[in-house]
Amino acid sequence: MTLLNVENLSVTFPSRHGPQRVVRDVSFRLGRERLGIVGESGSGKSQTGRAILGLTPTSGTATADRLEFDGIDLRNASHAQWRKLRGARMSMVMQDPKFSLNPVMTIDRQLVEAARRITPNRAEARDKSLAMLEAVQIRDPARVMAAYPHELSGGMGQRAMIAMMLITEPDLLIADEPTSALDVTVQIEVLRILDDLVTSRGMGLIFISHDLRLVSSFCDRVLVMYAGRVVEELRAAELSQAKHPYTRGLMGCLPRIDGGTRPLPTLQRDEAWAR
Amino acid sequence: MVDTTSGEGHRGALPALAWKLVKIFASVALTFLGLLLVTFLIGRVVPVDPVLAVIGDRASQSVYDRVFIELGLDKPLYEQFWIYLQKILSGDLGTSFLTKKPIIDDIARVFPATLELATVAILIGTSFGIPLGVLAAVRQGRLSDQIVRVVGLIGYSAPIFWLGLLGLLVFYARLHWVAGPGRIDIGFEYSITSRSGLMLLDSAMQGQWGAFRNAFSHIILPASLLGYYSLAYISRMTRSFMLAELAQEYVITARVKGVAEWRIIWVHALRNAAVPLVTVVALSYAGLLEGSVLTETVFAWPGLGQYLTNSLQNADMNAVLGGTLVIGAIFVGLNLLSDLLYTLLDPRVRRR
Amino acid sequence: MSTREWLLTEQPASRRQARLGQSYRTWLAFRRNRLAMIGLGIVLALVAVALLAPFISPYNPIVGGDLRTERLLSPSWQHLLGTDDQARDILSRILHGSRITLLVVALVAVIATPIGLLVGTTAGYYGGWVDTVLMRLTDIFLAFPRLILALAFVAALGPGIENAIIAIAITSWPPYARLARAETLTIRNADHIDAIRLQGAHSARIIWGHVVPLCLSSVIVRVTLDMAGIILTAAGLGFLGLGAQPPQPEWGAMIAGGRRFILDHWWVATMPGLAIFVVSLGFNFLGDGLRDVLDPKAQK
Repeated sequence: MTLLNVENLSVTFPSRHGPQRVVRDVSFRLGRERLGIVGESGSGKSQTGRAILGLTPTSGTATADRLEFDGIDLRNASHAQWRKLRGARMSMVMQDPKFSLNPVMTIDRQLVEAARRITPNRAEARDKSLAMLEAVQIRDPARVMAAYPHELSGGMGQRAMIAMMLITEPDLLIADEPTSALDVTVQIEVLRILDDLVTSRGMGLIFISHDLRLVSSFCDRVLVMYAGRVVEELRAAELSQAKHPYTRGLMGCLPRIDGGTRPLPTLQRDEAWAR
Repeated sequence: MVDTTSGEGHRGALPALAWKLVKIFASVALTFLGLLLVTFLIGRVVPVDPVLAVIGDRASQSVYDRVFIELGLDKPLYEQFWIYLQKILSGDLGTSFLTKKPIIDDIARVFPATLELATVAILIGTSFGIPLGVLAAVRQGRLSDQIVRVVGLIGYSAPIFWLGLLGLLVFYARLHWVAGPGRIDIGFEYSITSRSGLMLLDSAMQGQWGAFRNAFSHIILPASLLGYYSLAYISRMTRSFMLAELAQEYVITARVKGVAEWRIIWVHALRNAAVPLVTVVALSYAGLLEGSVLTETVFAWPGLGQYLTNSLQNADMNAVLGGTLVIGAIFVGLNLLSDLLYTLLDPRVRRR
Repeated sequence: MSTREWLLTEQPASRRQARLGQSYRTWLAFRRNRLAMIGLGIVLALVAVALLAPFISPYNPIVGGDLRTERLLSPSWQHLLGTDDQARDILSRILHGSRITLLVVALVAVIATPIGLLVGTTAGYYGGWVDTVLMRLTDIFLAFPRLILALAFVAALGPGIENAIIAIAITSWPPYARLARAETLTIRNADHIDAIRLQGAHSARIIWGHVVPLCLSSVIVRVTLDMAGIILTAAGLGFLGLGAQPPQPEWGAMIAGGRRFILDHWWVATMPGLAIFVVSLGFNFLGDGLRDVLDPKAQK
């Protein structure tokens, strides 16, 4: 079953040298599965994720031949339609909880605000929030609820963020570098929590990352983006059979436990890939 | 997993906050000392002979010498400053040459009028300035943004005493919409007992609605003009703070959550912008004291500003310096207040 | 290659070309800002009027006409802006008054800018107790509302245009010192300053020769932004009778003079106020545009 259908999505920003297309003709379909999007910074992977949620910054424009979520055409969705979808049916976890959580509101207020999308009753929303914090393996949910974001460590903040985004049980979650700002030690834990929740609730997940190995171990399918284009799409298990030189280059750059070649090769780029 | 940062935050909260408060108060005390030094030195450079100001110019040389010593003018400068300091701290600002009364009493008598005017003005300025600034930020670059910008720049550019004169000409003399100069019509002046010195408050509490209406029609024009002046500053700062906040990631988070746009603007972003805005409002409240000197002159408003200009025009230097000192002290006090509010409003400062 | 292309090239061949190109780009951005261009026009007009005042004024600004027949005339073709209670042509007085306004603005800038620069760069460069003392001093001056402090100074020094200028200058420098200090702190430890220090240059020479020039541009923008405030303060002092003394055609004093007639002869006080308003609006538009163009943070 197709949850999301994207055909020829492009995002354009104006610049001094005329319009700059940062996402070019990206197409893919997503079911209730885990799709990874990999690329360097500036490859357009984050803008792809934001365009799906209709959150392209006002200076830019997103166009597509088809942009459907569960049969709903998102291209001309009204404000009201977007509001009905966002939060309730599709949501997004961003990179750094230090910036993505509102610094002057307690976790309580921010979580309950999200929960009330589905349960208008305040007390019920609070109970649900506490349960959700437990689900992201926070041992002392009452204390975290009362805390302001700056009082939480990065790992705790990101769990709260995940709880906030999953509390409405959406069908689609976009995770944009959800662990890149965290300590290496807690990255795996947060990822595991995310993975468990996504799998057990049968959501569709778009996992955006610059880390090819992380994506391939975590997703079913991988899109590789370069300069705004999808240069290769493959199953995570078949990563070693990648054909595109960029993907192979990315893989060559990964250090291996058994040593391998040294020094690590640098990534060679080809102007032609971007065309 | 126990969160270490927050644990520390709770344990260290009180001493850290106390230490911050001590630092704030110490710097205020130092600034106040500086204020005293400046007024003292200004008092020393006056070409007017302070002795002649007391005794007049027809007194004999022996009287002159006695007063010279009484005023402590024979002592070295630092000693004179020390005496000055002790006098000020005990609430003695000297005697007014013009009213023959202690300056501190004079100021206590006229201050409520200025306080009332400035308070109504800041209420007007804030309640229009913040929404306009938010509107300008939300519609950045569009027509409404431009209009708010030009309205603000006009407020920055028009001399307030000139606006006051034009306001009196149009709204009082021609249209008869408001009452003229002064705080209240003479007919009402003795019908209300002065408790707080604030006419609106006193008349309302005593149920004198006729007097209240009259006082209101007197205050509304000068307060609106002063309010416009602060509106210009408040709306501009609100706009720039809101632009900064609306570009933050948490705004995207709120959109992702499906929070209504008005709520994102007025609750999520404005709550963050409110932290620095408190400083802005406090500063413009203090700035109104400055505007009030000129406004009160135009509107014959019996407040601190008029007292100051009256004293100036009569070369009553003690009163001028006393008034300057009081205004400086209020200014410092408002700065202190805004620092404290800032500490209370921002959870990051409060708990750290 | 046209001059325009030479200026806008992405690969400047010399440092001069790069710098000129940068200025040209700033100018292009500035020119697109309509309000800023209006402001620039007003300010240039003020300068022109001040220079040409004696030639374009229809009447003598100090000596009035016949007191019996030419007092308080309403605006007409003879007297475009009317006459005042001394039978003087208001337009001529306003045109001449522009010279006083310009003089005040220029002198305040010339006095206050170096003080602010010196205090700020010295505090920032030396740091430590020098910084603490100087900045505390700056804070004390900032603790007074500007007009009030200027009032106290003028009261002490005696009324007059020179003393008003001195008083405004004394109250204007603290923000410039703050700004210069902040700029100095960011460049104090820059490599090229270190290099100069290693060559054995004097601290004073480093400050005046290398630190001050780097702070200058941002301080100048700030001074431009303050011009309108300076004009209004000067006008306020004039209105209170503490600035330029009669019969000088100072705009603030002219409003004070026309105040008594406001109900029956509105133009006497209105016209000079309009002049103050237009000129300070011009400086505000100009400063606002400059800030938009030069401050990358405000640009978005």
